[in-house]
Amino acid sequence: MIATDSKVLLSLRGVKAFYGNIAALKGVDLDIREGEIAALIGSNGAGKSTLMMTIFGDPRAREGVISFDGRDITSMPTHAIARLGLAQSPEGRRIFPRMTVFENLQIGAAIGDPRYFDASLERVYAIFPRLKERSGQSGGALSGGEQQMLAIARALMNRPRLLMLDEPSLGLAPLVVKQIFEAIADLNRREGLTVFLVEQNAYHALKLADRAYVMVNGLITLSGPGRDLLAMPEIRAAYLEGGR
Amino acid sequence: MSKRCEPPATFAPAPEASPLRDRLRSALIGAAKAAGVALGLAFPLLAYRTETDFSNALVLQERWAAVAAIALAAFVVRLICLLIPGRTKAASSPRRRRAEFAAIVARSRRLISAAGLASLIAFPLVVLVLLGPARSLKWIDSYGIQILIYMTLGWGLNIVVGLAGLLDLGYVAFYAVGAYSYALLSTNFGWSFWASLPIAGLLAALWGVALGFPVLRLRGDYLAIVTLAFGEIIRIVLTNWTDLTNGEAGVSSIPRVSFFGLPFIAGPEGFAAHFGLAYSPIYRVIFLFYLALALALLTNFVTLRLRRMPLGRAWEALREDEIACRSLGINTVAVKLAAFALGALVGGLAGAVFAARQGFVSPSSFTFIESATILAIVVLGGAGSQLGVALAALFIIGGSELLRELDWLQHIVGEGFDPTQYRMLIIGFALIVIMNWKPRGLIANRTPSVFLAEPRLAAPALAEEGRV
Repeated sequence: MIATDSKVLLSLRGVKAFYGNIAALKGVDLDIREGEIAALIGSNGAGKSTLMMTIFGDPRAREGVISFDGRDITSMPTHAIARLGLAQSPEGRRIFPRMTVFENLQIGAAIGDPRYFDASLERVYAIFPRLKERSGQSGGALSGGEQQMLAIARALMNRPRLLMLDEPSLGLAPLVVKQIFEAIADLNRREGLTVFLVEQNAYHALKLADRAYVMVNGLITLSGPGRDLLAMPEIRAAYLEGGR
Repeated sequence: MSKRCEPPATFAPAPEASPLRDRLRSALIGAAKAAGVALGLAFPLLAYRTETDFSNALVLQERWAAVAAIALAAFVVRLICLLIPGRTKAASSPRRRRAEFAAIVARSRRLISAAGLASLIAFPLVVLVLLGPARSLKWIDSYGIQILIYMTLGWGLNIVVGLAGLLDLGYVAFYAVGAYSYALLSTNFGWSFWASLPIAGLLAALWGVALGFPVLRLRGDYLAIVTLAFGEIIRIVLTNWTDLTNGEAGVSSIPRVSFFGLPFIAGPEGFAAHFGLAYSPIYRVIFLFYLALALALLTNFVTLRLRRMPLGRAWEALREDEIACRSLGINTVAVKLAAFALGALVGGLAGAVFAARQGFVSPSSFTFIESATILAIVVLGGAGSQLGVALAALFIIGGSELLRELDWLQHIVGEGFDPTQYRMLIIGFALIVIMNWKPRGLIANRTPSVFLAEPRLAAPALAEEGRV
C-alpha cells in the first residue's frame, strides 16, 4: 500500500468517552494517514458513531489525546475543529430539510473562503449531478440516496482535508450504495482526499479501505489493510455472513 | 402530526367545472336552504322570551331582530362556503390543489406586500380626511400605532423564534427594558426621545445577550421555561425596585415625542404654530404613527437582508439542526447570541416607542400575556414569514380592538349582554380555528433565500405540510 508511509493526519491515543457514567469508548488508538481511505467497522452499539462524534468534541474525550495534523484538538470546540479541515457527513445525514439543496450547500461552505464557492459548487455538482438537477428543491423532498449525496456534498463544500462519513449506506438501495461508494473511491483516487468511513456494511467498506479497524464494545480489537481483513474467517463470520 | 381528513382523490374522471352562473345559482339555493333551517331553529329558540316586568307579571318579549340576524348569518356563511372554489367538489387532488395554492400565494406575495405598504402609508391621511381630526385620533392611535408596535415586536421575535428556532416566552422583558430605558432617561435626566432610542435598544440587546448565555445549551421546552422565568424576573424587579422605577405606580409624565426638536404643544413654540397650523393633538399621533411605521419597516428590511446573508442562513440552519451546524464549523454560540441580541434590540426600540405613545409605563404593561400575544402573532403568521407575521399582527391586535366595539350586538342579543366581556373568548376561538385550518401558520411555505432560474414551488410546498 502506498499510503502506509505517508504522514499521519488524525491520531487517537487512549481515547475514552462516556455517556454519563457509561463508558462508550474505553481507550481507542487509531491512526489515519494522509491520502488513505480508513474504515471502521463494528456491530450496532460498538461505539463507532461515538468515536466519530468524539473526534468532533461531542461527547468530549474524558481521557486520551486526539490530534489532527500534529495539533491537539482534544478540548477544542466543535466548530473550531471543523475549521481546521475536518468535515463530516453525520449519522442520519442531518441535512436541513426545509432549505433547498443549494442553500444546504451554501451552509456547507459557510466557513470556507467565499472566492472558492463557485469552484466548490462545480466540483460537488460534477461528483453528484443529481444534486444539480435538484438544486432548487427542499432537502426534505429528496430521496434517501439523494439526501446522502447532499450530506457528502455539503461536507465537501468546505474543502476539507479529512472527510468523515458515518454510515453512508444506511437505508439505501444496493444500487445507490454502489454509486455512493464509487464516488468516495473516486474522490480519494483523483484528488487524494483522506476519507474515514464508519460502516456496518462491512463488505463494501473493507473492499475500499487501505486500512481498516474493527471495533468491539468501545475498543479497537483488530486492524490491518481492508482486503486482509476481508479474507479473515472470523471477520467473515462476525460481520459478513451473519450480517446478511 | 394530526391532519384533517381529506376527501379521497377521485378515481373517476373529474367532472368539468360548471360555469360561474350555474355555480352561483346552486350556491344561492344552498344558502337559502341553510337560512331556512336556521330560521326554523331560531324561531322556537329565540323569537320569544318571557320576562318579569316591574309589577312581577310575566310578559312576552319579541326578539325578531335576533332571529333575522341568525338566518342572515347562516345565509351569508353558507353562500361563502359554497362559492369558494374547490370546496364543493374538487376537480384536482388535495395535494395538487395545495401546491397550486402555494404557487398563487408566492406569486401574489410581492403584490400583497406592496399594497400593504401603500395602505399603511396612506392610512392616517385617509382616516383623517374621512373622519376629521377628532374622530380619527382613536383609529390612528389605538389601531394604527398599536398594530405597528406589535408588528415590530412580532418581527423582532420572529428573528429568535421563526428564524433561529429558539422558543422565547419572555420576550416582553426586552420590551419592558426599552420602555423603562426611555421613561427613566427622559424623566430623570431630561434626555430626548431621539437620544434615548439607541440607548433603549442597546440596553435591551445587552439583556438579550445576558439571557442568551445561560440558555445556550437549552432547547425546546427547557429553553421556553427559562425564558418565561426571565420575563417574570424583569417584571418583578421593575415592580420591587421602587427607588428606581417607582414600583407598581409606574413612571408617569414621560415627555411626548417631538418633531425633531419641535414639541407638539399648543403655543408659539409648538409644531403647529411653526408650520402655521391650528393646534391639534392629531399631528403628534400621526407623527408617532410614521415613526412606528419607520421602525417596523427598518426591522423588516434588516431581517430580510440578514436572511440572505451568512448569519441569517446560519440561523435557519440552526433551527433545523444544531449538531449539523456545529460540525460544519458554524459557531452556534455566536449565532444564537446574535439572534437573542438582535431580537431584543428590536423589542427595546419598540418599547421606547410604546413609552412615548403612552406617556406612562408600569410593570402591569409587561405581563406574560404580552409575551404570549407576541408569540401568538409569530406562530399564527407562520414562523419565519415576514408577511405572515404582519397579517397576524393586523388580525390579532386589530381584531381584539375591533371587538371592543361590539355594542351593536346588544340590540340583537339583549340589553344585559356585554359583548366586550367575550373579546378574549372570541379571539381565542378564532386562533383555534385558524391553527386547525393552517397548522403551520397563515403563510407557511418558506421562500428560499436564493432563487436559481425558476423557483419550483410544488415540492417545497408539500414538504412544508409535514410530508417529509
